[in-house]
Amino acid sequence: MSVQQPVAIHPAQPVRSAPGAAERTRALAALTRGDFEPVPRESLERGPSRPSLSYWQDAWIRLRKNKQALVSLGIIIALVLFTLLGPLLWREDPSAPSLSRISRGPSLVSDVPVLPELAPFTEETRADVPPLPQADGATLAAPSKLEWLEPPSVQAVRMRWDPVPGAAGYLIYRSQDPPAGGYFGLPVGTIEAGNVVSFEDSFNLEDRKYYYSVVARNVSESKQSITREVVLSPGISLGDAQAIRPGAQPGEMVHFAVRPFGTDALGRDLLARLMAGGRVSLFIGFFAPLVALSIGVLIGGIAGFAGGKIDQWLMRITDFVLALPFLLFMILFKVMLGGGPGQSGISAMLVALIALSWTGVARLTRGQVLSLRESEFVQAARLLGARPLYILLRHLLPNTLGVILVSFTFAIPGAIFTEAFLSFIGMGVEPPAASWGSMCNDGIGTFLTHPHELIFPAVFISVAVLAFNLLGDGLRDALDPKMRSVE
Amino acid sequence: MTPRRLLALLALCFAGLAPLSAGAEPRTLKLLISSEPPQMNSAKATDQISGMLLGHLMEGLTRYGQNGELIAGIAESWHIDDQRASFQLRRGALWSDGKPVRAQDFVFGWRTVVDPKTASEYAFILYPLKNAEAINGGKLPPSALGVSAPDDHTLEIVFENPCGYFLGLTAFPTYLPLREDFYKSERYGADASDLLTNGPFNLTRWVHGASLTLDKNPQYWNADRIHVDRIEIPYITSDPNTAYNLFLDKKVDTLGISKENLDRAQADRLKMKAFADGSVWYMEFNFRQERVTRNYHLRKALQLVFDAKEYVSRVVGIPGTKVGVSLIPAWVPGVNGRFRVEFPLAPRKTDFAEAKRHLELARQELGGTIPPLVWLTDDGPAAGRQAEYFQYLFLTRLGIELRIDRQIFKQRLAKMTAGDFDIVSAGWGPDFADPMTYADLFTTWNDNNRGKYKSEKYDELIRKAQSTSDAPTRMSSMAAAEQVLLEDVGIVPMNERVIIYAHQPRVSGIVRHVVGPDPDYTWITLSD
Amino acid sequence: MLRYTLKRLGAGLLTVYFIATATFLAMHFVPGDPIAGNKAMRPEIRQNLERKYGLDKPVSVQYVVFLRNMLHGDFGISFTQPNRLVNDIIKDHFPVSALLGVLALSVASIGGVLFGSLTAVVRGKLTDRTVMFFVILAVSVPSFVFAALAQQLAILANAGAGTTLLPVAGWGSLRHMLMPTLVLGLGTMAFLTRLMRSSMLEIVNQDYIRTAKAKGLPTHRVFFSHQLRNAILPVITVLGPSIAAITTGGFVVETVFSIPGLGRYFVQAVQQLDYTVIMGLTVFYGAFLVFMVILVDIIYGFIDPRISLAKAAS
Repeated sequence: MSVQQPVAIHPAQPVRSAPGAAERTRALAALTRGDFEPVPRESLERGPSRPSLSYWQDAWIRLRKNKQALVSLGIIIALVLFTLLGPLLWREDPSAPSLSRISRGPSLVSDVPVLPELAPFTEETRADVPPLPQADGATLAAPSKLEWLEPPSVQAVRMRWDPVPGAAGYLIYRSQDPPAGGYFGLPVGTIEAGNVVSFEDSFNLEDRKYYYSVVARNVSESKQSITREVVLSPGISLGDAQAIRPGAQPGEMVHFAVRPFGTDALGRDLLARLMAGGRVSLFIGFFAPLVALSIGVLIGGIAGFAGGKIDQWLMRITDFVLALPFLLFMILFKVMLGGGPGQSGISAMLVALIALSWTGVARLTRGQVLSLRESEFVQAARLLGARPLYILLRHLLPNTLGVILVSFTFAIPGAIFTEAFLSFIGMGVEPPAASWGSMCNDGIGTFLTHPHELIFPAVFISVAVLAFNLLGDGLRDALDPKMRSVE
Repeated sequence: MTPRRLLALLALCFAGLAPLSAGAEPRTLKLLISSEPPQMNSAKATDQISGMLLGHLMEGLTRYGQNGELIAGIAESWHIDDQRASFQLRRGALWSDGKPVRAQDFVFGWRTVVDPKTASEYAFILYPLKNAEAINGGKLPPSALGVSAPDDHTLEIVFENPCGYFLGLTAFPTYLPLREDFYKSERYGADASDLLTNGPFNLTRWVHGASLTLDKNPQYWNADRIHVDRIEIPYITSDPNTAYNLFLDKKVDTLGISKENLDRAQADRLKMKAFADGSVWYMEFNFRQERVTRNYHLRKALQLVFDAKEYVSRVVGIPGTKVGVSLIPAWVPGVNGRFRVEFPLAPRKTDFAEAKRHLELARQELGGTIPPLVWLTDDGPAAGRQAEYFQYLFLTRLGIELRIDRQIFKQRLAKMTAGDFDIVSAGWGPDFADPMTYADLFTTWNDNNRGKYKSEKYDELIRKAQSTSDAPTRMSSMAAAEQVLLEDVGIVPMNERVIIYAHQPRVSGIVRHVVGPDPDYTWITLSD
Repeated sequence: MLRYTLKRLGAGLLTVYFIATATFLAMHFVPGDPIAGNKAMRPEIRQNLERKYGLDKPVSVQYVVFLRNMLHGDFGISFTQPNRLVNDIIKDHFPVSALLGVLALSVASIGGVLFGSLTAVVRGKLTDRTVMFFVILAVSVPSFVFAALAQQLAILANAGAGTTLLPVAGWGSLRHMLMPTLVLGLGTMAFLTRLMRSSMLEIVNQDYIRTAKAKGLPTHRVFFSHQLRNAILPVITVLGPSIAAITTGGFVVETVFSIPGLGRYFVQAVQQLDYTVIMGLTVFYGAFLVFMVILVDIIYGFIDPRISLAKAAS
């Protein structure tokens, strides 16, 4: 908004920026009756220069003009539609694990062959080798042979090796890069006897290249190892395949649907979870602060305006609530209000959030109201006979709007993350349902290797918060009488 | 300050200065612990961190060696039978203030543990001793405990019942000696200066919540085998990412790698090791009157749809995790070798058709429908993920609705004790190296039997195992009891936990123990 | 003024009493056993522990005992760390949290006022939008993400420089304080920025600003004497409770950066149902908060001439 122009007056001499006190006095003293001429009547009876606007009409006009605010309103509506109508269009089950596709990034459609069922794995125990050596082996050699028992697949990699004399056991490692410098990768297996010479690895196998190393051990690990590489082709086990398409048989192809946002640690579709989670986050994120703020504004306003004993009592109550240990009382609320497991604890959480978070805005409002209480317009309203409640609601509160709206827009992410934390301890969403905040919680652990699990929910939260912020700005611009348009 | 204290302080100063005055940098190991050690009074310590520190600061009659075997500690030799035991203490074992370690210190220490005024949570581990339980219940004075010191270097013990695993107990922190003239009740163990040590290290500095420093104890009788001068613990944090970052920054020498950091560890090419910590995890059912999980067919159905291999491979997320086969895990020693090898169990397979059959029977017996089951678990992210896996599994395979009840620690314990669950995902870690530490869990008299599983046959078999010290009899009784529990589907074993850890290349010789202070850094050498 | 202060202090004491009572009741109503451990306890062991901590007496008796001890300033021994007095815990760890908190809040206030005024003055331009973007980012991403990222940054910096420029964790020197201060202050700075901006925007259009400019006052005089002084009032209102919160909170930052502060103790105490620590820290925090609020209100009365505290109290 541009700097105000001073209202035009009709002086005979325009007011100039003060040259100096003495000069001014001289100029004024030099004025005579003849320097002034009466203004013609017509120019005074022009009538209002623009239509008289009420407070709300003015606000609406200003809001409409604010492009940013309109865009953010659009974004918010889009998010709400995304969470409410999205599941009708995108029909993936947000709670269905898919253990063949854990923590994958955004991926397109792919077809995978169904693998035949595995026969049970039996360990090979050599009768000609003692389980534990009779004497401490010196430097243990590496096993002389490492071979696959059957063609390795993503279901299992089964291997056997030749025993090492003096070994009391073996360690099997698997890495994704060639082992070097003593680095062998993940320790996928520990064999505790010198005569067991086979192993089956089925730990989170994916279709890629792996390097398996077998190291003999006694008191300590041998420095020698034998390594073999293997490339696993895409595939899916029969059980997993039938979960996707009942009746699938080995040898057929099964469709891995597209995952625009990837999958989480249990292989669930992130997009579907974002839609489902948005409902809870947006609901809590909007309504909890809304109600809490309304309560806080009212209490703070009454306290600031009424003053005296009422103010003291209300503010001491505010201090009391502020100082209560948050976590303890959350647990208490959950115990008192929450249903058992299986019942959504959302109402309990809503009540708890509201009950414990109205204090900040109450103090802010009270401060503003205290400042404005002795203003001229308030005195004027009082003289005109307005009742206190009217003054509070019509004059004082709209002038504190700036502070209120900032608090509101900042309370939203606070509520979302508090809700995530509370879901963690059993309040709030009923598993397997999620919320954006709890998805952030889950994703933070693997942020450096699977960033998509944290980034997407965080982006949604950011967008929502940004939209509410800009809308809040726009509302403040529109509703704040101090920003009222002047022409 | 008394002259004695002054002398102790001077001794400490010299102990700390000695390696420095030699002109060389002290060989230092840098560690991180996940929380402030809550209790350094060995008579009362219950947690793993205090246990680990006490294992470095103190020494009892025996301790664990590099291969997990019991080796002589303060005791040089011993003789144990069904009724009594006698330990010969070595001469030359000293406290950090120079005074010798005497048998009377063990007598005082053990009496303090069972004294009701001490209110020690682990007092029960001394119950094999005569009158221990009665003393702890306030019925007899502590002096009635079945231990005495006829002279400074002989310890005589009388048992209440035959105890086949007593030697292993003597390595437990609760069995450590305490010096009567130094033990000033409440303040003992509160700060570095309130601790008297007789082990490989001294506690020279303790800044609460921030750091600890342990220096090599020159008074330790076996100080020659200790090749590190100082153990620094400059960080106390429970955040696995912080630990990881500190390790990368070379500020700490060891690292416990969480599941989420495994990919990062591979990318950073950390030398990882797997350690099976001996704990076993299982589904525990509620057998109380009103619970549907009392129904055998329902439990059998749940067991038959559970594919432990898939669970361990894809849901638990830690490589090397063993499939849960039974209550007694693979590491437990049996008569001569491993218990599992001597008493093998048939592997379990999923059978969906059979499961449906049992489900139908359960439905009929329960009056037509099966109500939703409540699954109680803790609030960690892994627990949530695992619970959601079971939720989907039971829903799709059996049409049973599972409601997940996530609770923080104390509230979960309260619910378990009150029996407010249908299924709880539970685990148990061993106190000593014998199947009995797991086997007596599901007897009717054990309070840890939260689901109130009741089987007379099971009780009888355990009682038999507890009444003798003859190894073959005990082991076969416990194996039979295990069979009873599994056939009854009293529990459904899920997995045996494995911890992945890494260490800087300059460190070698870290020993991990399933029972006893873990990790054990007294055998390490530093190569820099 | 003195009468007002005394009245406030008296009311404050009463408030602390109510806080203590409410917390005591809540604590005993929350299910869970303060002395229960993962392994079940034999009855005689349990009895011994209960007797030691006075838990074998009825709740009403425990309450009276607690009040009496509180009046003597004795909060007892921690349940989870039986070798430490609660008073010692507060004495050892509050200074750390306080230092971290004061630093973080200073950074937040200075940054908040600075950026808030800046964006108000250049409203609508690129600078405004950029700052807004970062402000939104700061609050939409949870604090532990920032903490983790900050650590990553420290590692990269250290690796690049070959030496430890920024400690990854720990507490003790100025360099240790840099990262945690920034991470802790970020959220509050974002809020204060927006608050200041909004407040400033309202002021800018006021008549008296226009008058001051018309009078010919130089811009910086207008800014400091008029705009800043008026716009900063909401910020000060917020600062009171913020000081209390930030100096005893900061749980995430303390965990990630391994700082021996009070925040960690508080959260752990609630999770472990450590009665004595919960009560001690709550009373301490409550008293501190109440005191800060009184202080802020008095300062407020001094800064804003429109408010007369004596009149407000009548």
